[in-house]
Amino acid sequence: MIHVSATPVLALRGVSKRFGAVQALTDVDLEIHTGEVVALVGDNGAGKSTLVKTISGVHPIDDGTIEWEGRSVRIGRPHDAQNLGVATVYQDLALCDNLDVVANLFLGSELKSASVLDEIKMEKRARELLDTLSIRIPSVRIPVAALSGGQRQVVAIARALVGDPKVVILDEPTAALGVEQTAQVLDLVERLRERGHGVILISHNMADVKAVADKVAVLRLGRNNGTFSVADTSNEEIIAAITGATDNAVTRRKARTATAPKEDAK
Amino acid sequence: MSDLAKTPSKDPGPTTDAPASAAPVPAVDPRLLVREEGLAGYLTEFKRKLRGGELGSLPVVIGLIVIAIIFQMKNDHFLDASSLANIAVFTSGLGIMAVGIVFVLLLGEIDLSVGSVAGMGAAVWAVLSVTHGLNDWLSVLIAVASGMVIGAVHGFFFAKIGVPAFVVTLAGFLGWSGLQIWLMGGEGSINTPEGSVVEDLTGHFFAEKGAAYGLAAVAIIAYAGSLLLDAKRRKTAGLPSRPVSEIVLRTVVVAVLAGGAAYELNEPSGARGLPLALVLFLAVLVIADFVARRTTFGRQVFAVGGNAEAARRAGINVDRIRITVFAISGMLAAFGGLFIASLSGGATKSLGGGNTLMMVIAAAVIGGTSLFGGRGKVWSALLGMLVIQSIQQGLNLLGMASEIQYMITGAVLLAAVVIDSVSRRTQKSAGRA
Repeated sequence: MIHVSATPVLALRGVSKRFGAVQALTDVDLEIHTGEVVALVGDNGAGKSTLVKTISGVHPIDDGTIEWEGRSVRIGRPHDAQNLGVATVYQDLALCDNLDVVANLFLGSELKSASVLDEIKMEKRARELLDTLSIRIPSVRIPVAALSGGQRQVVAIARALVGDPKVVILDEPTAALGVEQTAQVLDLVERLRERGHGVILISHNMADVKAVADKVAVLRLGRNNGTFSVADTSNEEIIAAITGATDNAVTRRKARTATAPKEDAK
Repeated sequence: MSDLAKTPSKDPGPTTDAPASAAPVPAVDPRLLVREEGLAGYLTEFKRKLRGGELGSLPVVIGLIVIAIIFQMKNDHFLDASSLANIAVFTSGLGIMAVGIVFVLLLGEIDLSVGSVAGMGAAVWAVLSVTHGLNDWLSVLIAVASGMVIGAVHGFFFAKIGVPAFVVTLAGFLGWSGLQIWLMGGEGSINTPEGSVVEDLTGHFFAEKGAAYGLAAVAIIAYAGSLLLDAKRRKTAGLPSRPVSEIVLRTVVVAVLAGGAAYELNEPSGARGLPLALVLFLAVLVIADFVARRTTFGRQVFAVGGNAEAARRAGINVDRIRITVFAISGMLAAFGGLFIASLSGGATKSLGGGNTLMMVIAAAVIGGTSLFGGRGKVWSALLGMLVIQSIQQGLNLLGMASEIQYMITGAVLLAAVVIDSVSRRTQKSAGRA
């Protein structure tokens, strides 16, 4: 079902990020292959957003390397990430309510013929894009303000695909959505995988993660706390890794009293 | 793939209710806003927009008709040729300034300095051309360019330093009128010399009848042509296009307006033909409208006005857009100032003061450009200016004192902003804002 390429399209190796006195990320590793959905989970303040921002170029990394298709790259600003082929859909969507769907999809990369906006070409491309993603909205020519929350979310995701990126980062795409709309967005995530995009999905919702992700990368207090294959991991194991439930006085005592103290990464 | 996406969701969307419980999944989402073909579809769409609070230019057009009827009943000279030509000439200078304000309002900002910049532009031209004897054209160019530089300075303080535009342009409002008075020096006013460029701005009329009719014909043909071409291209691209009946209807309306205006300028006794001022104003409107709707820059202005953060993340250089928009506003303000100087016979120390600023901003808002940013049309400068100038002209004909005119113009401005706010609220509740 998943065609995992040999070299990951994007790999983070030993990435660290510090804000003043706060060590936000410490030696974090992460790999994303094409056609793979990696869920990035962790408690509040675990460093998910910071990690995503280092990839999308908002915060340059302090230490470690970022590899793109096997070669080391430097992502210093959002532009670098976009040029590589990383598209980020932020939680607040960043759509212009007053512009119609077509204008929003092509904002910042308008199609032109002889320096005049080519509305017809843009509308046609927009329809094709929305059709291939099976996105249904009332009309591509109504202002985004008139769309529902789920429709806005899928428009925001569709917009990330206009530049045909290799990696798409979705920051809590289902956080504010109802049941039906969540299903639509999850469908869309699956279609992204079918089209061969690598997807990083940040989510707090275990059901969503279990539904669409192939791998789950857990962050805890700015460090990797395990990477699991979704198919053969239970919710409890993931939640334990998120909360650090396996790391408490009892388990530590167990580890001490055991004759061969084994550091359990999980 | 799941069928979930194909089932219409049950939440109350902005459109009609969906028969979601029906057994087979419909091939076409029943909530899609599919417009019926032909004129009927156009009418239903129009009604739907009205109900949703998208009034567009409708209030101002109705307002204009009401104004015309009232004043014509009170004084049957209101719709006379000389009166209409007067409105056209008086409209142009302030209207050109209002075009600049429309751009600033689209950003969701305000420019309070346009009156002072207009006065300063006129002073720069007068001092250079009349006092120092510089080439007339060059002086005009320098005056307009100085307005542009001043606007860019406002934009710089707003965009780069982060001072609210309100404060920057308020400082400009004081500062530039100070510069204007200083430039004029000892003289209270510098009269426009005979035959100068600035005198021609509002003093020149194309007396040949062909000019007005020709311009009207060109406008009608260009309008219909662009609509037809657009419809044809959309059809070949397989996109929904305007029905022919709508194109015909629109063309007829434009033809009646343009033809009627040309007739009024040419035919009645005392008519002087097509005023150069009107031609220049229309040229500014057409260019500005093209820039706003058909270029990347215009699209980016709307985007910054709608959601500056989204625009920034989309890779738009927000600072550059802001500085450019304020530069446009300053440039058009200085250009408009030359028209005012032309009308009043020269540059004075008080030119651009008084209610100039309020009239310009009022025109843009009355015409339907939202004060809240991101919504509006360049043509609202023309519509709003027509309303204000018609009221002034009408009250003048009735011999009403200027204090009454102020009060009535103020009331009209308030009414326009009320309509803007209320229609925005309706749009919100109809899920369209």
